[in-house]
Amino acid sequence: MSTRLTALWEWFDARMPSVKQEYKKHLAEYYAPKNFNFWYYFGSLAMFVLAIQIVSGIWLTMFYKPDATLAFGSVEYIMRDVAGGWAIRYIHSTGASAFFLVVYLHMFRAMLYGSYKTPRELIWIFGVLIYLCLMGEAFFGYLLPWGQMSYWGAQVIVNLFASVPFIGPDLAIWIRGDYVVSDATLNRFFALHVIALPLALLGLVVVHLLALHDVGSNNPDGVEIKKVKGPDGKPLDGIPFHPYYTVKDIVGVVVFLAVFCVVMFFAPEMGGYFLEYNNFVPADPLVTPAHIAPVWYFTPYYSILRAIPPLFHSQFPGVLAMGLAVLVLFFLPWLDRSPVKSIRYRGPYYKIALGVFVATFLVLGYLGTEPTTVWGQFHFDAFFLDTKEIATWVARLGTLLYFLFFILMPWYTARDSVKPVPDRVTS
Amino acid sequence: MSDAKKPDATRRNLVVATAVVGGAASAGAAVPFVASWFPSERAKAAGAPIEVDISKLAPGELGIFEWRGKPVWVFRRDKSMLESIKQTDAKVSDPNSEVPQQPPYAKNEYRSIKEQVMVVVGVCTHLGCSPKEKGADAKAEMGADWLGGFYCPCHGSKFDFAGRVYKGAPAPTNLEVPPHTYLSDSKILIGDDKKGA
Repeated sequence: MSTRLTALWEWFDARMPSVKQEYKKHLAEYYAPKNFNFWYYFGSLAMFVLAIQIVSGIWLTMFYKPDATLAFGSVEYIMRDVAGGWAIRYIHSTGASAFFLVVYLHMFRAMLYGSYKTPRELIWIFGVLIYLCLMGEAFFGYLLPWGQMSYWGAQVIVNLFASVPFIGPDLAIWIRGDYVVSDATLNRFFALHVIALPLALLGLVVVHLLALHDVGSNNPDGVEIKKVKGPDGKPLDGIPFHPYYTVKDIVGVVVFLAVFCVVMFFAPEMGGYFLEYNNFVPADPLVTPAHIAPVWYFTPYYSILRAIPPLFHSQFPGVLAMGLAVLVLFFLPWLDRSPVKSIRYRGPYYKIALGVFVATFLVLGYLGTEPTTVWGQFHFDAFFLDTKEIATWVARLGTLLYFLFFILMPWYTARDSVKPVPDRVTS
Repeated sequence: MSDAKKPDATRRNLVVATAVVGGAASAGAAVPFVASWFPSERAKAAGAPIEVDISKLAPGELGIFEWRGKPVWVFRRDKSMLESIKQTDAKVSDPNSEVPQQPPYAKNEYRSIKEQVMVVVGVCTHLGCSPKEKGADAKAEMGADWLGGFYCPCHGSKFDFAGRVYKGAPAPTNLEVPPHTYLSDSKILIGDDKKGA
């Protein structure tokens, strides 16, 4: 029996040897540092969530109708009449939030251990492109249920483009395909969500991994394991990805799925943060919901958008700031001038800066989910107070700190005191 | 074939010429794909002007009509509302309607053709939500100095009864007055200012 299987494999291998070669290159003989910790789960988890989203997404398209008169009803049809439909839809909607959570933690890991630094700049750039693609996926996908929040959220975001000087209004009409968000918009967003962006996303994941496997993985110590090799030419501190990390990552997947299932079965709406209540009302172009907030993963940037006051009767500066807040990530590898990679060997400047940055991101994220009146008003007046809303001023401070983290980075990373980095990874 | 390192000028020119022609063809082929995203003929037809009967609007009443999918407010202001517009001059950022958010015939104190009747697109100039009417009696909610007007629930922009934006609001400009004309005393054509169009 086993000899027959072996013979079959040999027949296959003789005709397509690249399968074995690639398996060795990327799994059995890909040497990853032996000191990966908790933070290294999130890369493989992101791939796992991508698979979940693709499979559940394919199944949703079997029942969903991308038509302004039918879309909302077809989602309710999936929820009520399609056998197992509710589970498939909640898997997809919970997966969207899980995707962002995992990707944010994955990005934070890179910032902890300097994984974007030489020679891994391209991996980081492909990663930020994946993040942008993901934001597009989330935005286009959110219109599809055609609820009130779908509709007005899309209205707000498309109007961001209308603020671009000179070409803005025409650009917004071109994106919508109509004078308002309408059936034409829904239909094209559906196409982008289910085919255009997923293709781009898959391609980017491939180049992200190819670039990673060309230079090798970073690790919590930020030392290059390829520098110390044994007589067999393999890194002394490296272990084959398969079986060691495949097994480790499966443990991560099991824990992740346990948490995922709890959310999916018991709190798929997550108190309005994953699925907003207003989205259970069909889209109505004539009635704006009382409070419009994006889903949680966009709220830090939404806060930045709201924080910037209009200049010269144009809200473009806020839109620009929001765009720059994302695009500045591309420059991280060149802004960081530290001679060491890992936070373990960095000095207090970077540790403080990263701590403030994370806190800022969370505060901006919270404020983005609330109306600007959430913290009331200042009880005094001053000439510079164009608005007395406390939350708006906190968001402005947060926006400033967000950008200062990047703008001052060349300065504080170069002047930071650093500890000597060992030659080998520590255990 | 004489020297492998030296590029063959003829071949190189052919490669460049082929690439240029191929690039031009690709750009040409992109035209229908880009063009398809503009509003279709059907969408353009649906954006035609609408006729609105205002005879049933009582003083202080706001009628909402759909034009190009946007809510257009036709608002018959009463005396106290018109009075409040005089008092908000100091509170709004563009009291004289200098920013062209209205046709020339509505660039006046009340931003309307007839004093009482305001025609305005009920879409916040910030990010396109639809503000809500908050009368002068909503002082508990809007602050003691509130004179009545409109409040956008999305990002808190405030407008007075002439659709002028308050200072410090996220909205950059006054509400837009659409092109409109009176067909008779009780009928307004919204979307076109030429009579009989």
